[in-house]
Amino acid sequence: MIDLIIIFGFLFIAYITGSIAEKNHFKRIRAREAALINQPYVVDQFKTMDLSKAQRTEFVHGSCVIAADRFKMFLGGVLSIFGGRISAFESLTDRARREAIIRMREQAIGADMVVCTRIQFSKIGKTQVESIAYGTAIYLNSFDESVVTNSNEQIPAYTF
Amino acid sequence: MIITTLEAVPGKQIEIHYGVVTGSTVRAKNAGRDFMAGLKNIFGGELKGYTQLLEESRQEAMRRMVEQAQKSGANAIVNVRLATSSVAAGAAEVFAYGTAVKVI
Repeated sequence: MIDLIIIFGFLFIAYITGSIAEKNHFKRIRAREAALINQPYVVDQFKTMDLSKAQRTEFVHGSCVIAADRFKMFLGGVLSIFGGRISAFESLTDRARREAIIRMREQAIGADMVVCTRIQFSKIGKTQVESIAYGTAIYLNSFDESVVTNSNEQIPAYTF
Repeated sequence: MIITTLEAVPGKQIEIHYGVVTGSTVRAKNAGRDFMAGLKNIFGGELKGYTQLLEESRQEAMRRMVEQAQKSGANAIVNVRLATSSVAAGAAEVFAYGTAVKVI
């Protein structure tokens, strides 16, 4: 009986900390997404657009590893018996993906747009998920270049 | 070296095509990071240590890919794709591949 109380107490603590972390994270994500609203990012190849005037392109990427808390794992385990929508994991993948996309777009601040975005998801370990977002930042005006880089380097982020 | 996820480099012509170049690395987490991650696993949240680790391995994988491209004489890599997979319990493989080309 005491074992059971300990287990449920443990799950309850995980539930509280997990949901606080999630709530704060979503708040941050929304604020940062709002700040980036003027910078479009698309999945298209540039075939559909005229990017021949692009002055500079740059590889940008962002990633995020997020772990589910124990309560989520428990809830997910119970819900997956019945099947259907498992909202506990939906919010987890949503957080990881949006965070990765935001990080990618923050790398491309000053660019006119990010094209050919690819989003990948992988499971590392038992409860951890990793999402990667990567794409190509396009700088259309040479004016932007001087503002952003302030140097003679053509490609700042991935020059090897 | 121009690295892009597009099929070509905007505003430039592809002159020579060198084929696929790849780079990969397998990394394991260290014990200290594993301990912190273990705590985060219980309470939830972002695992900054792992994010950083995978970010480093991604840079390493891309560096290897670029080295391979430079060896063949390319000056750009187009259609770059990244992938991650977990090979063993504590290790993850990061893989980058693309097409090496010469643009003018």
